[in-house]
Amino acid sequence: MALDIVTIVAVSAGAFFFLAGTVGLLRFPDTLTRLHALTKADNLGVGLVALGLLPRAGSLSGGLKLICVWLLVLLASATVSQLIARAARDSGPLP
Amino acid sequence: MTFALALHIALAGMMLGLAAWTIAARETFAAVVGFVVYGLFLALVWVRLDALDVALAEAAIGGGLNGLLLLGAAARLRAAEAPADAERPGASLRLLAALLSATVAAALAAAVLLLPEPAPTLAPAAAANAAATGLANPVTNVLMAFRAMDTMLEKVVLLLAVVGVWSIAPDHFWGGRPGVRHQADPQGTLAFLARVLTPFGIVVGIYLSWTGASHPGGAFQGATILAAMWLLIMMAGLADTPPMNARRLRLMLIAGPAVFLLVGLGGLAFGAAFLAYPAAYAKPLILAIEAAMVLTVAITLGLLVAGPPERSAAP
Amino acid sequence: MTDFLTVSLGFILAMLALGLIRVLRGPGEADRMMAAQLIGTGGIAALLLLGSVADLSAAIDVALTLALLATFASIAFVKKGLSRLGAESSAAREDGSAWRSTS
Repeated sequence: MALDIVTIVAVSAGAFFFLAGTVGLLRFPDTLTRLHALTKADNLGVGLVALGLLPRAGSLSGGLKLICVWLLVLLASATVSQLIARAARDSGPLP
Repeated sequence: MTFALALHIALAGMMLGLAAWTIAARETFAAVVGFVVYGLFLALVWVRLDALDVALAEAAIGGGLNGLLLLGAAARLRAAEAPADAERPGASLRLLAALLSATVAAALAAAVLLLPEPAPTLAPAAAANAAATGLANPVTNVLMAFRAMDTMLEKVVLLLAVVGVWSIAPDHFWGGRPGVRHQADPQGTLAFLARVLTPFGIVVGIYLSWTGASHPGGAFQGATILAAMWLLIMMAGLADTPPMNARRLRLMLIAGPAVFLLVGLGGLAFGAAFLAYPAAYAKPLILAIEAAMVLTVAITLGLLVAGPPERSAAP
Repeated sequence: MTDFLTVSLGFILAMLALGLIRVLRGPGEADRMMAAQLIGTGGIAALLLLGSVADLSAAIDVALTLALLATFASIAFVKKGLSRLGAESSAAREDGSAWRSTS
């Protein structure tokens, strides 16, 4: 029962962060601010969803895989934000 | 109208809309991004349809290698974009092409929708005969035992594709290295990513190939991930692309089809037919073939994305 | 619980649909690329939820694959594929040293 509450809270929080990231992507005025919204919020979103689904993972390997997914998304988001930011900076004047 | 049904309709609608936009997009780059996103959605759909092996292949190829290949192509075509735009076929020709495509799609849809209920299928027979090889994954059984001939011929086709890509090279670069020598700061972000991600990717790739025996996965999906890690290392400048005339490279390229062929001929000599596995040795033979296939397919996919040689073999 | 997860799945899919708008509209190439990245990450979350709802334990493998390869399209975008059209200019090296030297 307590685990169910953890799942609901974590997945809801994750969905909220996804909402924040998507709204930022759509509404922020330029490339670099959108990039900021995207990488920070989506990162947390996936992490919280993975955390919320941990109690429902069938086995130890399933849980480990969930954590690996989150760590990989962390790594990927951080790197991609760096690379895209540099590409955006090099391809035009900064605001 | 349950919520799940509404979700399915929404997902299908999104994909159709995205596909239409991808075809209609003016810029090559925009169309490529649309296509890569389409591949991501398609992986979701495959999971929803319980086709997890296909979903793995779609995620690996559509999400990774396809994007790499097509974005590189879009970058090369950028200089030729304006004159290519000027040569677009007229509206009537495009309308005719659209009508033809729509007719083919409608015929396919009709064929699927008009299938008798229950549709004729060999799936129960394949699932029932899983004991023949000792592998639990019915997809792997079909690929490696019941229709092994098709899989072997596919690997030969991949080899021919690599030869085809190499043949585009200018004569004086034959035997050389594909692509440019990538420079990246060894302390920089891309090199960091390559160093951290690659060992992990190798583990996941080998895990996916190994687990294909009993769970969704398989040699092809694992090999795609290994190829992607190799490409990452090359793009980060940590290793150079291999020269086309390297003996080890060519040996590894033919290892997969060669082992497959050897086992097949062994089946002809010692067993009932070409590619027949003796009952006691079915599983070890299949695993041996898969190991060789992982190596070959990984190198093949990496070379296909790397492209034809563009410089000499000297480092 | 399954109903709640299905609703969350629908919510994430709605976010993906909104991300699609940025892919379609995005005035620059970087914007389209970022929206594709968002759809990739959202797709990972959707896959995790779908695996839990439909009880498919292998869906996590698909999510793992996507997570591994999520960066490739962005890397290709930044490096313009395995073959570059021209030599890199010294100001555009992706290690950022040019940035530090001009500050």
